[in-house]
This record gives sequence, structure tokens and C-alpha cells, in this order.
Amino acid sequence: MSSPERWSQPQPSGAPAATAASPTAEQVIAGLRATSEGGPELVQLLTPEGERVEHPDFHIDITPDELRDLYRDMVLVRRADREANALQRQGQLGLWVPLLGQEAAQIGAGRALRPTDMAFPSYREHGVAWCRGVHPNEIVGMFRGVDHGAWDSVAKRFHPYTIVIGNQCLNAAGYAMGQRFDGKVGDDNGEATMVFFGDGATSQGDVHEAFVWASVYDAPLVFFCQNNQWAISEPTERQSRLPLYQRARGYGFPGIRVDGNDVLASLAVTRWALDECRHGNGPVLIEAFTYRMDSHTTSDDATRYRLSTELEEWKLKDPIERVKVHLSRNGFADHDFFDGVQAEADELAAVLREHCVNLPEPPPGRMFDNVYAEPSATLEAQRDEYETYLAGFAGGEH
Amino acid sequence: MAAPTMDRSTDTPSAKPQTITMIKGLNQALRTEMERDPKVIVMGEDVGKLGGVFRVTDGLQKDFGEQRVLDTPLSESGIIGTAIGLAIRGYRPICEIQFDGFIFPGFDQIVSQLAKLHYRTQGRIKLPIVVRVPFGGGIGAVEHHSESPESYFAHTAGLKVVACSNPVDAYWMLRQAIECDDPVLFFEPKRRYHEKAELDLAVAPQPLFSSRVLRKGSTATIATYGPMVRTSMDAATAGAEDGLDLEVIDLRSLSPLDLGPVYESVRRTGRLIVVSEAPSESSIAGEIAAKVQQECFYSLEAPVLRVTGFDTPYPPAKLEENFLPDLDRVLAAVDRSLAW
Repeated sequence: MSSPERWSQPQPSGAPAATAASPTAEQVIAGLRATSEGGPELVQLLTPEGERVEHPDFHIDITPDELRDLYRDMVLVRRADREANALQRQGQLGLWVPLLGQEAAQIGAGRALRPTDMAFPSYREHGVAWCRGVHPNEIVGMFRGVDHGAWDSVAKRFHPYTIVIGNQCLNAAGYAMGQRFDGKVGDDNGEATMVFFGDGATSQGDVHEAFVWASVYDAPLVFFCQNNQWAISEPTERQSRLPLYQRARGYGFPGIRVDGNDVLASLAVTRWALDECRHGNGPVLIEAFTYRMDSHTTSDDATRYRLSTELEEWKLKDPIERVKVHLSRNGFADHDFFDGVQAEADELAAVLREHCVNLPEPPPGRMFDNVYAEPSATLEAQRDEYETYLAGFAGGEH
Repeated sequence: MAAPTMDRSTDTPSAKPQTITMIKGLNQALRTEMERDPKVIVMGEDVGKLGGVFRVTDGLQKDFGEQRVLDTPLSESGIIGTAIGLAIRGYRPICEIQFDGFIFPGFDQIVSQLAKLHYRTQGRIKLPIVVRVPFGGGIGAVEHHSESPESYFAHTAGLKVVACSNPVDAYWMLRQAIECDDPVLFFEPKRRYHEKAELDLAVAPQPLFSSRVLRKGSTATIATYGPMVRTSMDAATAGAEDGLDLEVIDLRSLSPLDLGPVYESVRRTGRLIVVSEAPSESSIAGEIAAKVQQECFYSLEAPVLRVTGFDTPYPPAKLEENFLPDLDRVLAAVDRSLAW
């Protein structure tokens, strides 16, 4: 980089400038502070050591079968995530957005949804997608560059990934308003909507506006914020002075901070929040306190801005390990079960790889499809002109 | 271009022609469509109890209730963003942006989501949303109340952009826009809001995305839209006294452009003047000039000229008469074209 930028952004005196290899002391402290324990308000039902604990407000009755299912979900989505990450490294995907470390938050939230509920993801919600019946095969196309998302968002009630940060929160607020206008809110059979976004998104105007709209229209909307501590390179401290869940209070609805690495707590809190919405007591904000164990995307290098010790610390709170320990210690699962899940995960990865590398290239004309619902003569003329141009090369000697 | 099928079942066939203002035409279009389809809703700032700052939505909330005519938070991104969610849910929202210059907080939702969701989902999600925008100057307003931002939206694939110029078009075009399955940016020339015309429901409307020759002529062609249609017609009337026989075309649709009638006209007259309030750089007027030189190159007797607002921010109200094209500037351009 040339010098003008360096001159225009003087470093505070006394603080050594960050280099590519080492963050400043300030950045280290910010990172560690942001990724502390989550505070006394953190709702937890399964400790990192795999111990069940009770919480005065949130309770969950869960069978060993259900526990095993949650474990299986998390192992499968992590395996698919790692396979997709590898596919990017091998040049088969242009980009991948890892979910590593956020499996419990996403599976807990995703399994709390009913088929009649609606979900609006950001772009890292591969675990929620799984719960909505969206196969990883349907996700990789957009990262290979063959489409902008392949799943049927209407049938699956899982909106397309939204890449512009925070936009989806307003779209979700509108959808949830529609659920209320349609008379689908008010009892146990009510519908609800959940929208997913990150800690960085909480600085976007659209997220704040969505808080306003959802609250003044009593929309049945659960705001599910995965605070994974890092918005690319910026710690949560750069987004907020106070814990994110406390923001809800200013808008007049409840905010809960849940251990996002605890699938049981995530499930219990999200079920409660969705039920509140179904009964007409929405909206609710959930801050799932978790950690992005990989980089922001495959294009990012997290070693430039955070310490490896931070990652090591969070590995001790791994969302999958604690369930495995709990299942083993209580005799809810044996080696055969764990081996079986692993085999299933490897099979899923193989299916994903096979599908990904064989995705057909889109024909050039496809870029003109579906720009409008009602055809545009101008655009059709442009398509015809380009296809005629391309046809001119057929059998040519260029 | 295929005409949207207009369901006219709720019109009273025996209704006599009535004289209406543009505001009344817009209001009646909203009312008719709301009666026709319970999924049609109106949302915007002050559109309910107040009836809109221009009274376009007057009386609608009283008759259709607060759930179909929403006084929204003061949040343009929210108006567009929630309309998208409501449309996914099956509604057909009509969003009012109070003034042209206030659309920009909603710009992100318009270009990132409204324009692209149909494309992104391979056509699975349709967003039949109309964004109504009172636009243009000439009303002596403070800053941000007199702008002509239509080019931004015409530049964005996935949006359709239209501008009405008279009360009858206001009525029919708004109805057609509401029934269109694509998002439509609907620009209303606010300084023409109180002009009157006779609306005869027995006369079938022309398709929404089509232009119209308003005045046949042989000397030169004027292509224009929105508030400048009236200005251009006045210029043609004044020009006639000087022996000029000007053809005037109301473009009506800005995206897609329906330039067939313009080409046909230019091939006869050999001269084209495009008139709009928007600044000329990278504008719709520029796009028309480009297309016409491409299609009518050998017919042109002079370069295509543009009479537009200047490439400045909209000036303070005391200067707006200098900024806005008027009859004299249009005729001066005709003279320049003829002298070429």
C-alpha cells in the first residue's frame, strides 16, 4: 500500500502499529474482553463439561432419542461444512462461509422451528438450512457460482441467503406482520418467523428499523443474533457498548442471552421465544453467545487479527463435544452410535462432493432468465442479440 | 409488449365521465384496486388518518381499516423492506414515499432485495409491489422535496419505472402497476397533482409499459415524461404560432422504454429533443439519445438535444425556475436543432 493512507491515519502515540503478523495490545484486549464468558445472564442447560444444569426460567424435557438426534444434526452439518471448506481449498468452490463452532446455536434454533414457521437466514446458516430440509447440495451452487441459491424458499419456508448485512431483518418483520394480519397469531397453533443475523449486523440501520417495526406491529418475530464475537476482523466491542441482548429493552421487548454453544439451551430459549410469538407476545431478541472457530470466509485470514489462544479457549467449549460427553457419561449412546453417525457424516460429505464437482455450468442465456415476472421486450432483444453474437462463433476458426 | 390484463369488473360501466384531479385519479385507482383484491394494502408515512401529505390516500384507512392502510414508522428502508416480506406472504403492497428526496434511505432495499429477489430465486418469489413517489420540482419547496431520482431506478435491472403525466393516466397506470407482478416505481409529478381532466371509464386504457403520441407534428419530435409533458405541450402550442409543427410523445414508461413511436416519429421529423427535469448526466434522456442515434442514424438531420435540469443539486426554491426546463428553453432547443 502506498504511503498516503498511512499518513492520513496516524496511530495513537504509544501504541505500536499492528503488523500483518501481530495485532496491537489494544486489539488483543478488545478481543479477549469481547469473548469472555458471556456474563451471569447467560442461559445454559448443558455445561462445556457435559453436565446438565437447571435454569430458573428455562427448562427443557428432552429424551435420549432427541439428544442423539441433536448430536447427529450437529455432526452432520459440521462434516458438510468442513467438506465444503475443503472443496473451496481445492478450487471447486469460489468461496465458502464456514459455520464451524456455531452448530449448537443453529441446530438448537432450527429444531425449535415448526414446519409452518418461516425463517430468514443471513449467509452462514447452513445448520438452520439443514433443519429446514435444505440439503447442503442446494447450498454449494451459489458458492460455486452456478446460481444464487437453489432451494425452493417458499416450499421450505427458508428464505434465500441474504448477503447485504441486515436487509433480511426488515423482510422478516414484514413477513411476520403478514402472519399477524392473516390471523395466524394468538394461540398454540400460531405461526412465527425467525430471522438470523450476526453481531456485526446489529450496527446496521435495517436491524434497528426491524426492531422498531416488529415491536410497533406486535409481529411474531424472533430476532436470533449469533454473536460469534467477530465481524470479519472487528470485535463485538466495535459494535456495541453493552451486551447485544440488552438492546431489546430499548425497543420494548425481551432480550435473552443464551449459550450459543449449548444446543439444549439454544433449543429451549428459542422454543420459548417462538411460543411467545405464536401467542402474540412477540417480538423477542435472542443473543446466542458463540464463537466463529474458523475465518469469516475462506478469503479471510483470522490470524491477522485474533490470537490463537482465544480459539484454543473456545475449543474447550465446543458445542458438539459437550453433547458427546453427556451422551456417553449417561449411557445414552455407545460406540456404535458414534461410529454410525460418523459414517453417515462421511457419506453426506461424499454425496456433497460428488454433487458439487458435477454441477453443470449454466448456459450463457440463463443470465437473462427471471429478471422480470412479466417479460421485458428490451431485455429479450438484448438476449437475442447476444445469442446471435455467440452463435457466430459456432464452428468458427477463432 | 403484452398488455397486463386489466380486470375492470369493479368499474361501474354506466358511470358517466367525471372531471378529476390527478390526486383524485390516484385515490380512485387505489380504492378500486383495494376493493378488487383484499391483498392490496397501502403503507407509508401519514397515509392513514391524514390521508397522505398530498391527500392521495384520503379516506382509505377509514374505509379499509388500519390493517390495510398502514401509518408506518418514519423509516423508508422499513417501508420497502417490510413490504417485501408482506409480498412474500402474499400481499400486494403499495408503498408511498412521501417525497422524492426521501427515497434514499430505502434505496438499499429497493436495489438489493426488491429488484433482485425474483432473479435470485429463479422466479419463485414475485414481488408485486408499487412504490409511489411524488417527484419533481416547481412547488417552491425546501431541499429534498423537488428531486427527480428516476434514473437510479431505471438503471437497476429487475425494476419497472413509470411516470404519469395527467389525471387519466394516473388512474389507469396506477391500477395497471398494482396488477403488475413486477416491482414498479411509480413517479407522480407533484406539481401537476391538482390539474384536471375528464376520466371516462368506458374508454379502455393502453398498456402500462407503452409510450403515447400526444400531438402529431412534422417539424421536430419532443420526447418527454412526467411533469415536462405539460411543459412540452405548452411549448408545442406556442411554437405553432411561430409556424413550428412539433410532435410530442409522452414516454410514460421509463423502464422498459417503449421507443417504437419515437423512432417512427424521428424518421419523419429528423429531429429529436428530449425534455426532462432530471439532470442530464447518465440520465434517461441520455439513454434515449443513445438509442435514437443507433436506430435512426440516417434519418437524423441534427444531433439529439437534451433539455433538462442542470447537473447541480436541486437549487433553493428561488432559483428553481432557472433550473427547470420551461417553454422557452424547449423552443430554444427546437431552434438550435432546426439551425443545425
